[in-house]
Amino acid sequence: MIPELGNFALYIAFTLSLLLSIFPAIGLRQNNIRLTSLAPNLSVGIFLFTLFAFGCLVYAFLTDDFTVLNVAQNSNSDLPYYYKIAASFGSHEGSFLLWLVMQSGWMFAVALLSKALPSDMRTRILMVLGWICVGFYAYIIIASNPFETTLPFYPVDGKDLNPLLQDIGMIIHPPLLYMGYVGLSVSFAFAIAALLSGNLDSTWAKWSRPWTAAAWAFLTLGITIGSWWAYSELGWGGWWFWDPVENASFMPWLIATALLHSLAVSEKRNAFKSWTVFLAIAAFSLSLLGTFLVRSGVIVSVHAFASDPSRGVFILILLALVIGGSLLLYSVRAGAIKSVGKFSTLSRESMLWGNNVLLVAATLVVLLGTLLPLVHKEIGLGTISIGEPFFNQMFVYLIVPFALLLGVAPLIRWKQDKIKSLYVPALICLLLSIGLSFSWLFLEFGEVKFFAFLGVVLGLWITLFTIHEMRITWRKLAKLPISHVAMVCGHIGLAFVIAGIGLTSQYSVERDVKMFTGDTADLAGYNFKFDSLKKVDGPNYEGWAAVISINKQQRNVETVYAEKRFYPVQRTTMTEAAIDDGFFRDIYVSLGEQLPDRSWGLRLYVKPYVRWLWIGGIVIALGGFITLFDKRYRRNKRMS
Amino acid sequence: MNPRRKKRLFIILSSIGFIGAAVGFMLYALQQNIDLFYTPSEVLQGKQLSNGKVGEKPQIGQRLRIGGMVVDGSVVRSDKSLDVEFQVTDTGPKVTIKYTGILPDLFREGQGIVAQGVLIAADVVEASEVLAKHDEEYMPPELAEKLKGIKHVKPEY
Repeated sequence: MIPELGNFALYIAFTLSLLLSIFPAIGLRQNNIRLTSLAPNLSVGIFLFTLFAFGCLVYAFLTDDFTVLNVAQNSNSDLPYYYKIAASFGSHEGSFLLWLVMQSGWMFAVALLSKALPSDMRTRILMVLGWICVGFYAYIIIASNPFETTLPFYPVDGKDLNPLLQDIGMIIHPPLLYMGYVGLSVSFAFAIAALLSGNLDSTWAKWSRPWTAAAWAFLTLGITIGSWWAYSELGWGGWWFWDPVENASFMPWLIATALLHSLAVSEKRNAFKSWTVFLAIAAFSLSLLGTFLVRSGVIVSVHAFASDPSRGVFILILLALVIGGSLLLYSVRAGAIKSVGKFSTLSRESMLWGNNVLLVAATLVVLLGTLLPLVHKEIGLGTISIGEPFFNQMFVYLIVPFALLLGVAPLIRWKQDKIKSLYVPALICLLLSIGLSFSWLFLEFGEVKFFAFLGVVLGLWITLFTIHEMRITWRKLAKLPISHVAMVCGHIGLAFVIAGIGLTSQYSVERDVKMFTGDTADLAGYNFKFDSLKKVDGPNYEGWAAVISINKQQRNVETVYAEKRFYPVQRTTMTEAAIDDGFFRDIYVSLGEQLPDRSWGLRLYVKPYVRWLWIGGIVIALGGFITLFDKRYRRNKRMS
Repeated sequence: MNPRRKKRLFIILSSIGFIGAAVGFMLYALQQNIDLFYTPSEVLQGKQLSNGKVGEKPQIGQRLRIGGMVVDGSVVRSDKSLDVEFQVTDTGPKVTIKYTGILPDLFREGQGIVAQGVLIAADVVEASEVLAKHDEEYMPPELAEKLKGIKHVKPEY
């Protein structure tokens, strides 16, 4: 009964989004306020009905209602309740419903918080979001209904959730990532609404900025948590694999980062305007492209959902409509946009232009690396794979100029500046960062590896320049806008990430060993002792845990449990790595298979500074969230 | 040339230079990092080309990916270390794979795997990575096509 209600609610939400995409359009044309004022109410309605549908699905999971196909395939009565909730978005269908909850949630937020916008603008934005909703709701109803039933022959118990997904990461990663993905549709709607009205002044950029910042911050958090999850759950100690699905989330992030910076120029200097609109369109298009790649099965990846060709076609059509339609509108209208702000070769604008060029180049690298294997196969040249080294190499080339520019840019004035004032601080920062990095690496690791050195130098360069910039602006601190603090946050976060990547990729050590209980092994100054083997009994799995005590200079650091779990329902074996985490290093032990002579294969890792990646990612996201508290956005809203 | 034109020329030339350098770097990086996928019979007999001819065999020393089913009873482990050797096959020919380290959870005889590595003899691959997907029924799509004639159905568009 409850699932049927949920299904019905989805149909209502679809109908409402149809109304939202039509009525305001007529209202705007006829200047009919009664029709245009329907838009916010319809948005609220869509959100409430979608939320209700999602609630019904979660209820079906919690009550083990195996008459619902989705529940039967992705849950089991032995599954703990928190994973049952997570399982509601563990499948393709369920995750798309979560996607819709987010989509309508953003619409709801726009409807509530945009009262200060001119009413025609507000109506247009909601209308564009309504168009997007029509596509998505049609998709879920036709091609991927989460409420499909197994009746009349329903199973006694479910097939269980994929063990890889039974992790705390599964509970937080998808919602955050989807918030980000879908949030970009708001920036997109702002851009399209502005193009439709033909009125693209700097106030448009001001309205769009906090929304873009929020979506971007969620996307940053989602990607960061995803990386941490892969690290702790996959058991290989890796944190980024350049997997097509990771790339699918990384491309919109890169473009959204470019958009965030370009919006600043549009707002403050009235320049880059048509470029900014283009970025807003590109960001959302890439997030749709990512969805297509992940869900259609054209790319085989660890993340890919069970593939279904009809879904691929549907998303492809949606993709073509969104990209084609918006670019058509863009080409018609963008010519009329005039960027009036002029600037010289050395100015904040040109620095941010450099930021945009590099970010777009990075996006193209990722796009090429992701799509080339697909194209190569389609045109009959055989199956290929593009290795991680390609991406790593390209990103090294890109990050160097990017970080160098990033350090200097906040010091340079808008419009035009003299390079002379930069010589002294640049020289000091460069010498200091080289000196500090060299002595740090030499003292801690005994040898200086080039790429680690490069990473630390760039990280320090950004940090030192940020400190220098703070020292100059310190006196004005009370008057500084909060967005300035946000910028500092974002930049310092990136410094952490770059330094962390350099350090952990160069100084991580690993060792595969064969051990009987009682054996010891040494790695990077740590002694690992295989104390004993314990039997583990979980709610829906059983297995073995190797008790490993880690010692350093005869002192016990930590005792960890590396597990090998067997999930009988899915007949799957899973490695649950043991991690002793720390700010300066992680120790990571994963238990391999038992060998015929009853010994065990174990993989030991010592990974210095690996946490800095995620700490950095969280700090960057924090920057995005801080922007939202900027008084300017609120005051201006009230004024207009 | 007036200063304005000079500035424009500078911008255009520097853009062309930048893009050229970027494309160059990219192609260079790509060339080194593309790994072709082979099945065991393709390693030994050459890839079947679309025009019916038999293509080149991979050369010794080449980096490649190989996908096949692990031959029953072929897994040989060393007593002292984690060295392991096994054979993979698709329709007949067998290729030996050498690997040191821990095999993935789902590695089993009879299971489809993909290995990434270097061809060190005509029928021996030294693998740096062995992958088996977390799915009982998983078979690399390329292999499924070869073995059972199941074409990985693509959306028709």
